[in-house]
Amino acid sequence: MIKQCDNVIVQSVSRFLTPFILLFALYVIAHGHYSPGGGFQGGCILGASFILSMIAYDIAEVKRRMTEKMNTVLTGVGVLIYAGIGFICLLLGANYLDYGVLAEILPVGTAKARALGTFGIEIGVGITVMAVMVSIFLNLASGGEHEEGSVE
Amino acid sequence: MIWQLDFIILIMVVICAVAAINVKDLLSSAIILGAYSFLMCLLWTGMGAVDVAFTEAAVGAGISTAFFIGAIFQTTRRTND
Amino acid sequence: MKIFALIAVIITGGLLVFSTNEMPDWGSLASPATTHVSPRYLEKTIEETATPNAVTSVLADYRGYDTLGETTVIFTAGIVCILLLRRGKKS
Repeated sequence: MIKQCDNVIVQSVSRFLTPFILLFALYVIAHGHYSPGGGFQGGCILGASFILSMIAYDIAEVKRRMTEKMNTVLTGVGVLIYAGIGFICLLLGANYLDYGVLAEILPVGTAKARALGTFGIEIGVGITVMAVMVSIFLNLASGGEHEEGSVE
Repeated sequence: MIWQLDFIILIMVVICAVAAINVKDLLSSAIILGAYSFLMCLLWTGMGAVDVAFTEAAVGAGISTAFFIGAIFQTTRRTND
Repeated sequence: MKIFALIAVIITGGLLVFSTNEMPDWGSLASPATTHVSPRYLEKTIEETATPNAVTSVLADYRGYDTLGETTVIFTAGIVCILLLRRGKKS
């Protein structure tokens, strides 16, 4: 059931499609202020692009680009970015996660500072969701042994 | 919202939900659940909840179907009941 | 036993359908969800947060703690998945 996929159509289509999926995911994260979307949806699409590569090629192939250690670190880094932005607000003398005070260190007004703070935490949410989706699929599809090649 | 379109989508949602339980092949069941999620996504869009619809399409139809398929390949494809 | 389960499901479903009569209409302006605090968010979201999408501003700005909790839940799910499923190299 688990073996290297060697279907040339699946491989070339997924290789062709992956950059567009990544670009769309970044657009969804960055444009969440103006259109539907945000960190959670964009992170899911980012994770889906990795999952597509795992299905089309090989788990080892994806793990060479995105090592397990880096993935686990990224899982925590997202939450750290979120909590860190809240903590910066605390250091500047406002309430936790009150982004308006970020105007003191950013060259923008209060309203724009709140928009930028929102954008920062969206990035954190996106990183966490992407790493979690990749690690859940990796563990689920290979039964916890990451060396077994691709899924079917 | 056009009520005829809404009615058709709601009937399709019920059909998908019943079919996902009754189908013997687990892989087909996962794909039918993906179709169910897309129909729910259409319903959310019709009601104007675009963010919820986006989340439903990304998580319900995209990621969870991939998780189901990944889990099914760790077990047997056929159900016993 | 199966017939009791069917009766229980039918009664529960009937009660749920019956109670939807009491719910406010779709898009109703008098429902509790649209009268209490939402109008203030919808009016002030551009002025205060410079974010046209009110969903994002409510989710990430006004209700930032909720989203922090949600992210923590996802983080915990990922860590637990690694802890439960990951197996080391076979010795």
